Amino acid sequence: MVAIQYLTIISVVVAFAAMIIKALRYAMAPQSMRWELYPVPHEKGKAEYGGSYLEELDWWTKPRQKDLFNELKEMAAEVILLKGVFHYNKRAWCSSWPFHFGLYLCIGWLVLLLLGAIAESTGVRVAAYGGAVWQILYYLTAGFGYAGLVLSGGGALGLLIWRSSDAAMRKFSSPIDYFNLVFFVVVAAVTLAAHLTADPGHAAMRSYVHAMITLVPVREVGTLLMLEIILISLLIMWIPLTRMSHFVAKYFLYHSVRWEDEPNKRGSKLDQVLQAQLARKIGWGAPHIDSEKTWGEAVTENTKHE
Amino acid sequence: MSNPDIKVKDISRKTGQLFTLETKDLPKLPYPYEDWEEPPIEELSEEKRAKYETNLDGIMNVQVPVPKTDEEKEQLVARFLIGLRKLLSKDSNWTFLRPLMLSLDNCVKCNTCSEACPIFEASGRAEIYRPLFRSDILRRLVNKYIRPGGKLTAKFTGADIDLNWETVSRLAQLAYRCTLCRRCAQTCPMGCDNGLLSREIRKLFSQEMGIAPSELHKDGTIKQLTTGSSTGITPLALADLMEFTEEDGEERTGMSCKIPFDKSGADILLIHNAGEFLSWPENIQAFAIIFEAAGLSWTLSSDFVGYDSVNYGLFYDDTQYARVTLKHAETARKLGVKKVVLGECGHAHKAAMAIGDRIWLGESNVPRESCMATLEDIVLNGKIKVDPERNYFPVTLHDPCNMTRSMGIVEPQRRVLRKICPQFREMTPHGVHNYCCGGGSGFAIMQSNNFPSWRSMVSGRKKMAQILNAFTREELDPKVNKYVCAPCSNCKGQIRDLLNYYDAWERCHIQYSGLVELIANCMTDAKEGFIEWDEFH
Ligand code: SF4
Ligand code: SF4
Ligand code: SF4
Repeated sequence: MVAIQYLTIISVVVAFAAMIIKALRYAMAPQSMRWELYPVPHEKGKAEYGGSYLEELDWWTKPRQKDLFNELKEMAAEVILLKGVFHYNKRAWCSSWPFHFGLYLCIGWLVLLLLGAIAESTGVRVAAYGGAVWQILYYLTAGFGYAGLVLSGGGALGLLIWRSSDAAMRKFSSPIDYFNLVFFVVVAAVTLAAHLTADPGHAAMRSYVHAMITLVPVREVGTLLMLEIILISLLIMWIPLTRMSHFVAKYFLYHSVRWEDEPNKRGSKLDQVLQAQLARKIGWGAPHIDSEKTWGEAVTENTKHE
Repeated sequence: MSNPDIKVKDISRKTGQLFTLETKDLPKLPYPYEDWEEPPIEELSEEKRAKYETNLDGIMNVQVPVPKTDEEKEQLVARFLIGLRKLLSKDSNWTFLRPLMLSLDNCVKCNTCSEACPIFEASGRAEIYRPLFRSDILRRLVNKYIRPGGKLTAKFTGADIDLNWETVSRLAQLAYRCTLCRRCAQTCPMGCDNGLLSREIRKLFSQEMGIAPSELHKDGTIKQLTTGSSTGITPLALADLMEFTEEDGEERTGMSCKIPFDKSGADILLIHNAGEFLSWPENIQAFAIIFEAAGLSWTLSSDFVGYDSVNYGLFYDDTQYARVTLKHAETARKLGVKKVVLGECGHAHKAAMAIGDRIWLGESNVPRESCMATLEDIVLNGKIKVDPERNYFPVTLHDPCNMTRSMGIVEPQRRVLRKICPQFREMTPHGVHNYCCGGGSGFAIMQSNNFPSWRSMVSGRKKMAQILNAFTREELDPKVNKYVCAPCSNCKGQIRDLLNYYDAWERCHIQYSGLVELIANCMTDAKEGFIEWDEFH
């Protein structure tokens, strides 16, 4: 294998590791108090106006009615269309949606390249001619690639212009924010240029992926393609190390905070988990708190009233 | 705008007051207030300024003592840093660590939240009141001073801020320029919550440094945990007060207005915000005649703390919050009731039902219900007789954010109003998208220094505009009596102050009160005229 292949491997490993560590950090944080925010989409028959089961008389005696389909629908609208941004910040949406949707297409492109590479390792040829299935795969790959790169690159450029031209945005933007966006624009531009000039059908890229999965040294790649591979590898590694991996956190923000309204029942698992939290040391140092005590002791004994 | 160029890092500026609100920058109110001239906000006395920090905006609701020496300043800054670490600790802050980390880490600085914040908008878009301004100070401090390598990368990552006494003292004040209404959080595409972050900052100051507004702490939770109520009403005084309230209620309605206490084994323990006992006894009376007429088995408690649903800990301190709510749980458990019904108080609802869900544990987990659900059942299922014509005047509804945005209790109160108020109309926006009354997070009870003016002019401004916009020009004529229904004790206090400040009774005959008063007003078994228009305000 050659150096850029090692770089690609490192980048994939770093990216996955960083995302897993990030998810674990949130997942392993202690069970917190409830802090939901309405509307909560799984509230059956009530989500539309933001209602909850707490509207019911004797709610604890009634079966909990959850509308998971509506929750999924809401999530899909959020992920695919960035519904919230559209609703509350159209200016941002005009750049943010193409950027995000373009990235989804780029991920699709990488997956399709991988599928093509696997197919080719069985001996078929993914090309503009040949079996219908492979033809479709060929065109799909190219389509996803070009559309994804144009949309994400254009979106990133739009975001960059917005961030640097709007006074309020500029105030809260730091070098790293600009750097990230420029990074995306450059990667998209170089990748587009590489394919348009040297690899219009994405065949060279597919054989690179093929070399990666079979762990054989890649045949010679052109300068532009080499640059593309280096940049994409660096980007894949960089994203999870920055705030841009917010897709991991967003899951927790929605499912363990904003939409988390599971009532605690006597004798439930949740009840036990919460009881256990009371054994933690309180630690706070203000005069009205005995820092040496546990939460359970400190909040039931009313020892200090300064 | 008078002060457009304030940046986050200016928070550590060594000298002077960071911002002065100019009333000419405030957006105009709608008809008939287009010509309303706001007087400038009163300046604090020299004496006060020498004693307490006013280096943010010259407004005072949290009293931050001025340190006497540089050494003291350094110690306080060090203490703050210790508190910041505790805020991020699994032990000291298990209660909110996860939501805190999530909101700290994932803001993409898109400023969507700014447009949703009533305080930012109503201040004429003063930079320091931008939701992101406050959160970003906290975020930068954590990123620079707590995260490994933070100082090295600070410039690049945007953690550009200096930690000194000015930063610390201004941040304490800034945490009390947000009502924790969470309207901003609703619009955040990431799900970050600037309201939560304000509350976490308040917690750090209270739980580590002992700094909190006296109305919330010394005269709030501490008073409640020592006398039984934040109003200072002791169980003994309560008995006298209730005797008078019963008599007055019976005279007023011609109905039985029995207020049962400590009836062990009753189905319902009703807990009121003790503010009602003093300021709005008609609310207590209305509940009593409605519950009696509907034949409910119910009781109040005279148990220590058990008669006051107030829990200001919710606004600034998890430990005080837990102490108070556990007293409520204990009262309910001892009485052996089937359920607790929370009276008309938004924050008490949230304290006992939503957040309380995670601390009324085991045997103490007595079910809690909103009075909105109880009242809906009574009115809509014909358990009392009503004549909606008695409520034939324009009525609009204020949604307490704690009840709606934070708990999803939206429709029961509307179904009641649609049935008993022929001229009911909504504010825009309403329900879970409402605007806070401007008295949230304890603001409504902060009556000292120049804060009440700020509260009426700035944090309550959007609500005042919404109230006016709920009525037509013809209806705004003072010949027509109008009613703002605010089913929350805190909101009522704030709306009372707003209507007084804007002279809205004289100018427009706008009155306010709760939901039960409207129900009592149209009960056919009661004498007419429960709502006394001239008396109420
Ligand atoms: S809307 Fe959310 S992500 Fe955007 S600036 Fe506000 S808190 Fe940050
Ligand atoms: S919680 Fe409410 S007052 Fe506070 S920043 Fe958000 S919108 Fe503004
Ligand atoms: S005072 Fe009322 S409107 Fe304001 S935050 Fe509290 S519940 Fe919401």
